[in-house]
Amino acid sequence: MTIKGKAYIAGIYEHPTRHAPDKSTAQLHAEVAKGAIEDAGLSKEDIDGYFCAGDAPGGAWPMVDYLGLKVRHVDSTETGGCSYIIHLGHAAEAIAAGKCSIALITLAGKPRTGPMPPRATGAEADFEAAYGATTHNAYGMCAMRHMHDYGTTSEQLAWIKVAASHHAQYNPHAFLKDVVTVEDVLNSPMISDPLHRMDCCVVTDGGGALIVTTPEIAKSLKKPLVRLIGHGEAMKGPRGGKDLDLTYSAGVWSGPRAFEEAGVTPKDIKYASIYDSFTITVLMQLEDLGFCRKGEGGKFVADGNLISGVGKLPFNTDGGGLCSNHPVNRGGMTKIIEAVRQLRGEAHPKVQVKNCDLAIAHGTGGLLGVRHAASTAILERV
Amino acid sequence: MTEARKYLAPVTNPETKPFWEAAAQGKFLIKRCTACGEAHYFPRSICPFCFSDKTVWEESAGEGTIYTFSLMRKSPTGPYAIGYVTLKEGPSLQTNFVDCDIEKLKIGQKVKVVFKPTEGAPLPFFTPV
Repeated sequence: MTIKGKAYIAGIYEHPTRHAPDKSTAQLHAEVAKGAIEDAGLSKEDIDGYFCAGDAPGGAWPMVDYLGLKVRHVDSTETGGCSYIIHLGHAAEAIAAGKCSIALITLAGKPRTGPMPPRATGAEADFEAAYGATTHNAYGMCAMRHMHDYGTTSEQLAWIKVAASHHAQYNPHAFLKDVVTVEDVLNSPMISDPLHRMDCCVVTDGGGALIVTTPEIAKSLKKPLVRLIGHGEAMKGPRGGKDLDLTYSAGVWSGPRAFEEAGVTPKDIKYASIYDSFTITVLMQLEDLGFCRKGEGGKFVADGNLISGVGKLPFNTDGGGLCSNHPVNRGGMTKIIEAVRQLRGEAHPKVQVKNCDLAIAHGTGGLLGVRHAASTAILERV
Repeated sequence: MTEARKYLAPVTNPETKPFWEAAAQGKFLIKRCTACGEAHYFPRSICPFCFSDKTVWEESAGEGTIYTFSLMRKSPTGPYAIGYVTLKEGPSLQTNFVDCDIEKLKIGQKVKVVFKPTEGAPLPFFTPV
């Protein structure tokens, strides 16, 4: 059994806003849903599957009711920022099994307008909550150990932000549009050692949505055809504290699963959307996915290797979370959207990858240095 | 001005109660599985490795080395050092490094447990030896 080629992404929409104090979170979900449905050339009545995560106010049933949907399949899998990449795989499974034929996936929220509700805690709460793990320091701990084990440097990490900024200058909606240098990153204030402010992604309001459907329906619509050919998901945590290693993520499992299903290798990938909550997130994911060997991520990302038209692996050509958009502090949705733009040939001409027929969208969710999920999607232009 | 840092009091539950009772006596407990022999932390009644329910409490020496850390510079209560310690008995755990110059912390450095009061049971932290 495989989902290879059994589901197509027929609609995408990224909300142009980056600050929305005048809108409700449910309203943003509705606006991105409307945008994706219109992009696909469908109507709301066509939707028979709905997918959302923890950012949807009240969860699936209040959202289904608010949006006025009538669905026969729902999935509210919550795995932080990579929820929507997992949803994409689950939507393909549901479509392959005949449980729905046109699935809507939405993400929206307003962390720039106001603080997000606290993360739900698990059985570990009494043994960890008091120590103040936050996104910044949880990723800082990974970076610190990666530097210790592999000699990775702050300069190498800075190149990831530099590449993102080169792309963001062409995105009219990007939150940060200025091209920055390695020195700019190193001179930005230290937030949580060894991560500087410019190693961190932006905080933005907004959202995005996808329409996933059957091959037959996708072919009846007018958009260029983009299909899912491989998918993987995995989780990693301290697991009782045995053999702790914070230099790799659950991507070491989700990635190979997706590549194996797709029947391709990292060398075949023309464009990579890699969740960039922090620069270290990208570096570790590139290693974990097999774009370079473990420990060699620093060398791989240096000297503009991730800049479209310059380096070997163009990444996050919308400017990513580091510069453009990080709606609800969750990067998975925008990663899929930019990968689809690249495969459709709809990316900005300055960053569009030539003959882009194979792309990866990969993300993590939760705290990389504590416990997290990862999901990988391999997408192909037909 | 930064506010003084107050630590959250553990809620505790029947599964972990012995840990917090020992902490009140200044003892740092871990769990060990008598079926597979592995020690683990935080404590579970069923072993996360072999899934046996034959787990027992064991007093840890409270000694270990710093696996990694990060200095959180942006905090209303002032900078703090969060990290992981690998205990002599094997398991690694999340903690804060306290009672020290956090600028001088190093991976591999030897540390030992020190308990800090909360409004409930005391919490384990680590400090350089």
